[in-house]
Amino acid sequence: MAEKEKLSIVVFSGDLDRALAAFILATSGASMGMEVSMFFTFWGLNVIKKNEGGIKSKGIMRKMLNFINRGGSRRLTMSKFNMLGLGTWMMKGLMKDTNTPTIDEFIAMSHEMGVKLIACTTSCGVMGIPEDAFRDEVTSTAGATYFLREARESKVSLFI
Amino acid sequence: MKADQNLDCTGLYCPMPIIKTADKFKQLKVGEILEVIADDTGIKEDMPAWCEVTGHEFLGMEEDGGKIRTYVKKTH
Repeated sequence: MAEKEKLSIVVFSGDLDRALAAFILATSGASMGMEVSMFFTFWGLNVIKKNEGGIKSKGIMRKMLNFINRGGSRRLTMSKFNMLGLGTWMMKGLMKDTNTPTIDEFIAMSHEMGVKLIACTTSCGVMGIPEDAFRDEVTSTAGATYFLREARESKVSLFI
Repeated sequence: MKADQNLDCTGLYCPMPIIKTADKFKQLKVGEILEVIADDTGIKEDMPAWCEVTGHEFLGMEEDGGKIRTYVKKTH
């Protein structure tokens, strides 16, 4: 085969359901031999935050933001019918019943398949998220120009 | 159809059968045939599409009961 086709995905959302859709597409693309990059920005950064420990940010506003918006793959909720967590709990049950991987498992799988996980530096700066708040699978941090360069070279480019 | 190896993906939904197929293909030798058994009907369209993109040969599928058996030959 010729040069690898590229798939680039912006993950703007920190919702469980949207993150699931993003990872299903990323892992499918990787198994089709595509070179996949996922660019996490704004609420999407919650998907790749570590589940453990606190987030050390500077200033009262950012401290407050990162307290109420803690994030982490296991804390994501559904975009609809969350119902104070009941809906999300039920959905996680349904996913388990149907052997659907969790977001954690999808992140590990994506990493093994060579999917690049990139955190947006601007969102990190504005929201006061230090780089050590992210999981080890996160490959790098970058800006919008980096993503657009990837998107220009991509056969498929998505915003989720 | 006779296959060299098989992969049971019963009970798994998209994208797992394709991810497992791609993974299994790494162990296969060129010319070998893999049988993938699944019960998620998505595979009927997904497997031919995967073959089209990766360049492996889709040999066909058989349905018995709720099970779908797809056959793919490793070509490179």
